[in-house]
Amino acid sequence: MTDCLAITNLSATLPDGQRLLRSVNVNVAPGEVRALVGESGAGKSMLSKAVLGVLPVSVKIVEGDIWLQGNDLGRLTAAKRRQAVAASIALIPQDPLTALNPSRRIGPQMTDRLVKILGWDQTRADERVRTLLDEVHIRDGERVLRAYPHELSGGMRQRVLIAAAFAAEPKLIIADEPTTALDVTVQKQILRLIAEMQRLHGTAILFVTHDLGVVAKISQNVTILYGGMVVEEGAVDQLFANPQHPYTRALLAATPRYTDPEASLLPVDQSVLSDLAKAVETADRDWMSSHGG
Amino acid sequence: MMQRIVIRLLTMLVTLFGVAVVVFIVIRIAPGDPIAMMLPPGATDADIDRLRALYGLDKSLFEQFFIWFWGILQGDFGTSISLRQDVLGLVLERLPATLELSILALFIAVLFGGFLAIVGARERGTAIESGIDVINGAALSIPDFLWGLVLILFFGVLIPIFGITGRVSPRLDLPFDTQFYLFESILRLRFDLTKDLLSHLFMPALALALPLAAIIAQLLKQSLKEVLELDYIVLARVKGFSETQVILREALKNAALPTLTLIGVQFTFLIGGTVIIERLFSYEGLGNLAIDAVINRDLPLIQGIVLVFAMLFVLINLAVDLSYALLNPRLRHG
Repeated sequence: MTDCLAITNLSATLPDGQRLLRSVNVNVAPGEVRALVGESGAGKSMLSKAVLGVLPVSVKIVEGDIWLQGNDLGRLTAAKRRQAVAASIALIPQDPLTALNPSRRIGPQMTDRLVKILGWDQTRADERVRTLLDEVHIRDGERVLRAYPHELSGGMRQRVLIAAAFAAEPKLIIADEPTTALDVTVQKQILRLIAEMQRLHGTAILFVTHDLGVVAKISQNVTILYGGMVVEEGAVDQLFANPQHPYTRALLAATPRYTDPEASLLPVDQSVLSDLAKAVETADRDWMSSHGG
Repeated sequence: MMQRIVIRLLTMLVTLFGVAVVVFIVIRIAPGDPIAMMLPPGATDADIDRLRALYGLDKSLFEQFFIWFWGILQGDFGTSISLRQDVLGLVLERLPATLELSILALFIAVLFGGFLAIVGARERGTAIESGIDVINGAALSIPDFLWGLVLILFFGVLIPIFGITGRVSPRLDLPFDTQFYLFESILRLRFDLTKDLLSHLFMPALALALPLAAIIAQLLKQSLKEVLELDYIVLARVKGFSETQVILREALKNAALPTLTLIGVQFTFLIGGTVIIERLFSYEGLGNLAIDAVINRDLPLIQGIVLVFAMLFVLINLAVDLSYALLNPRLRHG
C-alpha cells in the first residue's frame, strides 16, 4: 500500500546555505497517527510547512521529494500542487485565536474550501459542516456558524478548526501543536477530541508537538527530530520502553509523569547535546562534500 | 451605535462653533479693509462711514459676531460685499462643482493606490515591488499644484486632448436643474455632456489624486504585507486559495483599516488642495470663489466658505468613523 505521505531525503536551506532540514525521511501510512517531536528549532514546523507548500520565501528545498498519495509534489505546477494539497491535506493550526479571520463569519470560513476549491454546492457544504460541528460536540452549531471569531472562546475556536479540518475528508491532517496555545484544562479535551475524530474518520495524522506526554496519549508512532535531523523513530510503546538514542532517553527523563508527580525532572545532559551538535556537523560536512561544496 | 452617532454630532457642533469664532477673528485681524476696496480713491470719510454702517462693520467685534452667528442659526449667512449676493446661495451654487472634483479625485486615488498596493503586496520582494516604490516616491514628492502644471503642459499644450480651463465647454447647452453637472448628465443619459465634463475634470482630479494615490499605495501595501504573515492567511493558502484570492478574500478587508483612517485625513487635505487646483484650471468651484473672496476682502463670503469647508471636514471624519464599524465586526456592538 502506498504511504499517505512519504518524505524522502528532504533538505531545505536558508539563502546563506545553512541547512534547516538535513536529509529527513518521514513516512505516514494511511490512518496512522505519527508524532513529530522536537524542541523549538528542531525543524518540525519547517517540515510541516514544506509539506503544505507554505515555506517562507527565503527557505528553499534543495534536495529530496515529498510524495502525497503517490504523487511527487515537486513535479506539479504551483496551481496543481495547491489543488493536490487542498484535496487531501488539512491543517489544525497551533493558535486558534489567530487562525480565524476576524472579519469573516465562522460559517463561510468553514465551507469556503469545499465550495470554492473542491467545487461542492453550498447546501451540501453547509450540511457537511453542521454534521461536523455535531461531531466536535458543539451544540448550538447554527449560532456558531453565524458568529464572528471574537464571539467564541479559544476552546470553541479550536473545535471549529478541528471540524473544518475534517470537513473535506482529507487523507492526512497535520496538527501543528494544536494544544500549545490553550488552557491546560482545555488541552486535555481537545486532545481527546482529536483522537476521537481520528478514530471516527480514519484519517492519518502527523501530530507536531514538543510534549512527549501528549505523544503517549495520541500516537502509535513517533519521529524525534533534532537540528533538522531524524534522531530516532519507532512505535511509541517500544520507543518509550526502550529508547535507543541518548537524546530520546534524556527527553523522556525531562518529561513529567502523572504516575509519579513528585519525581524530579532532569535537564537534558550537556554531553548529549554536544554529541548531537557534532553529529549535525558531521552530517553537514558529508552533505557538502557529496554535493560539491 | 445610535448613541455614538449622536455624541459625534454634538461634538461636531462644538467644533463648528470654534471654527466660526476663529475665522471671524482671524480675518478681522488680517490687514485689508473691504470698504476701502469698494470705494473709488478720494471717497469722503462720510461715505466710508455710511458704507461701514450699512454692512454693520461699525459695531463692536462682539456685536458683529453675534449678529452674524444669529443669522447663521436662522440660515442667513449674510450678503457678499463684493458680489452683493446672498452668501449661502453663492456657496451652494459652487459647492457641487468642488464636490464632484474632489470625489472624482478620491475615486482615482483609491483605484490607483489600491491597485498598486495589491500588485506590490502580491509581488513582494521582487523587482516589481521596487518599481512600485519608485513610482510612489515620485508621485509623493511632487505636490498637487505642480502635478497640475505638468499635466497642463503635457495634455493641454503639447498633446491637447483634455480641456484645461473651466468645467465644461462654453458652447454646450446645459439642460441641468442642479449644479451636480456630472451626476446629472449621467442620470439624464446625456453621455455626450458626461464626456465633455470628464475631459475637463480629469486633469485637475488626477493632479489632486496622484499624491494621495501614492500614500494609499504605500500604506495599504505595508498593511497587506503584515496581514499576509498571519496564521489565518497560512490556513487560507493550505485550503488551496491562490495568492491573489488570499489577498482579495482574506487580507484586504483587515488590512484596509489603517488606510481608511488615512484616507479620511488626507481627503480633507485634498479638498484643501482644490483651492489652488481650481484656480490653476479656472474651474468654477468653491476654491476659486474663496480666492476671489480673499482678494476682495469679502468678509461674509470668506466666513461662509470656511464654515462650509469645516462642515465638510467634520462630516468626512464622521463617515470614516462609521465605516470602521462596517469593516470591523468587533466595533459594531460597542
